[in-house]
Amino acid sequence: MNKPVLPTEMEYDDNGPLYVAQKKVYPQSVSGTFRRIKWGLMAFCLGVYYLLPFVRWNRGLGAPSQAVLIDLPNSRFYFFFIELWPQEVYYFTGLLIVAALTLFLMNSMGGRIWCGYLCPQTVWTDLFYAVERLIEGDRRERMRKDAARGTLKLERFAEITLKHSIWLMIAWWTGGAWVLYFNDAPTLVKQLVTFQAPMLAYIWIGILTATTYVLAGFLREQVCVYMCPWPRIQAALTDEWALNVTYKYDRGEKRTSLKKAIELRAHGETAGDCIDCYQCVAVCPTGIDIRNGPQLDCIQCGLCIDACDTVMKKIGRETRLIGYDNDINIHRRQAGKPPVYRLVRPRTIVYSAMIAAVGAVMLYAMLTRSLLDVNVLHDRNPVAVRLSDGSVRNAFTVRLLNKRGFDRVIAIDVDGPANVTVHVVGVDSVTPDRPMIILARDTTTELRVLVTAPLEENAEKSIPVKFRVTDIGLGEVASATDHFVTP
Amino acid sequence: MTEHSDFDQISGRTTTGHEWDGIKELNTPLPRWWVITFYLCIVWAFGYWIVYPAWPLVSGYTSGVLHYSSRADLAVELANLEKIRGDKMVALGAASLADIEKDPALLALARARGKTVFGDNCAPCHGSGAAGAKGFPNLNDDDWLWGGTLEQIMQTIQFGARSGHAKSHEGQMLAFGKDGTLKKEEIVTVANYVRSLSGLPTRPGYDAAAGAKIFADNCTVCHGDAGKGNQEVGAPNLTDKIWLYGSDEATIIETVTNGRAGVMPAWVGRLDPSTIKAMAVYVHSLGGGK
Repeated sequence: MNKPVLPTEMEYDDNGPLYVAQKKVYPQSVSGTFRRIKWGLMAFCLGVYYLLPFVRWNRGLGAPSQAVLIDLPNSRFYFFFIELWPQEVYYFTGLLIVAALTLFLMNSMGGRIWCGYLCPQTVWTDLFYAVERLIEGDRRERMRKDAARGTLKLERFAEITLKHSIWLMIAWWTGGAWVLYFNDAPTLVKQLVTFQAPMLAYIWIGILTATTYVLAGFLREQVCVYMCPWPRIQAALTDEWALNVTYKYDRGEKRTSLKKAIELRAHGETAGDCIDCYQCVAVCPTGIDIRNGPQLDCIQCGLCIDACDTVMKKIGRETRLIGYDNDINIHRRQAGKPPVYRLVRPRTIVYSAMIAAVGAVMLYAMLTRSLLDVNVLHDRNPVAVRLSDGSVRNAFTVRLLNKRGFDRVIAIDVDGPANVTVHVVGVDSVTPDRPMIILARDTTTELRVLVTAPLEENAEKSIPVKFRVTDIGLGEVASATDHFVTP
Repeated sequence: MTEHSDFDQISGRTTTGHEWDGIKELNTPLPRWWVITFYLCIVWAFGYWIVYPAWPLVSGYTSGVLHYSSRADLAVELANLEKIRGDKMVALGAASLADIEKDPALLALARARGKTVFGDNCAPCHGSGAAGAKGFPNLNDDDWLWGGTLEQIMQTIQFGARSGHAKSHEGQMLAFGKDGTLKKEEIVTVANYVRSLSGLPTRPGYDAAAGAKIFADNCTVCHGDAGKGNQEVGAPNLTDKIWLYGSDEATIIETVTNGRAGVMPAWVGRLDPSTIKAMAVYVHSLGGGK
């Protein structure tokens, strides 16, 4: 039993600093399978991000010809053949749900794939490290140069200037690409170059240049370790079967130098495969030791796997001392059983099924969504008017939505009380019983519709009424219901 | 700074020297940054007095070197609004009434403008939805005292009815009872005759022939032989279902006895021409327009 400690005997550490100082990380260059995958994904992600705004898509005259465009002034979002209106943002909700579930699925199969390979923070930090390495040299040189900070030579000064210039250029390009998603890209590029773009574009480029430069150039792994909530969340989403970047301590321990291991093994004693070369630590972009087990700071980029494999090949030992694995297999190997990999298990099946279900719902909603719509609002004051011949008139505000890229002829029918007549203010239709209007492309039109019915004094107080709008050309129909009220 | 010499043994700190029933106040100085901020705020306040309106005077106030006034800001905003509206309202002023209704954009503008101005100027009598009240016509229906075409509506808005304006609509319901033109029994009879014109039930024992005769002798000049009314003089149609003051016998008797002469003010000169135009289109579009 622990003895209770009196408050006066408690030890306080009052003298320590308020926060931990950042330990600068100097990741060493590495080559191997995962490095190649990372280069490939970086090229793909950045390529998509930087070039997508320039992809053209023909939507006909008068409509924007940019494949992916967020048109804020006109409240439209374009994605290739899809055009969304503000009231359809729920598609984004669906997309976010699918994205979240995909993240969960990736996590339950291969750990923090997102963190290690796809997260913008990782991708841009990786790119910034590549620039730094190219200019200042690899890990040791950079450490030496930083240590000799006091004696700043011209050459070193030029190096630093060049590095930050390139960083800023990348950052500027990042911000520049961002604003292109909100405007016609070629036009905006021309305006930006000739300094005729709207001030807002320059402000946003400035903001995103600053964030990219600061986050990828300076904060780096601090973002992952301290700022990002994902490392905390992902711990709840992983399980014992998920494959994570793992140091296989069953094979590696007890760490022994190469010479000593040969000696020990010659005597029939056991020695681990890990030779304690610290290459896994040297290449780590967050500066941790993977051999301490799974940890919050590990973004699971797999670079330590490449580093360890290189060493293992050199000394003629089996590769993948560090690899995608889990504790279950470590224990199985220790017990002399073969490892088991279970990518298909209830958790992954449920995630996949949920992704498929949400995807199917979205697809169905997208395919069957109405491109012609009608909303009806009954006049509130007065709700009903009695005319001189005793008949009753109700007025409605009818809003028609045409989501197609061309003008359409729309007929308006009203089903309700017997013998209703319909009049649209400002429209002298050639067919008085069935008013027709031309509905402009990609817009909404508000109409004032007067519905008159010859009703007796003792007629029902409220009669359901249905507005049907029909596209004469395509036969598309939309309808809305309301009530016809008597005074 | 005051020197504090009194020392409190228990806390090991100086006191302010203030004592209440043996309880002393410890000297707890404010943090330096707090004090500095406090003094800066005082300096800021002096700057504020100089720059902005601050002190009340006998008649007025110190206006400050910037001469800032939120009312002046409002005036600028309103002027900007008029500038923004300018082109559109000019287009509205230039278009003919019929063309405004045909053009969806102009119609929407006229209705929006008309609705606002109606709410500010007309709603007190006609109601915010233009549904009217006793003595104030409902503008949603198709019964018009002075005519329901766009031009006629605009005419009425511009010059009013019995408004005193030279171009105002004139004509009124005479006080047949008060003036002694008709006797009480005659008024009852003609009131029942008027009710019969629109199919309303009449009082038992009422003399239809006598009623017709009184009507023909006194009312047809304005209301017409068939009682259909006359928009030239604002005489209402007595054969329809719409009654400005009410269709019950007592109300009609009151109307015939005392007469009626409701007033619609003239708006010309009070509202600019394009606004009056917008209002005419708005009223016309409410539903009753001819």
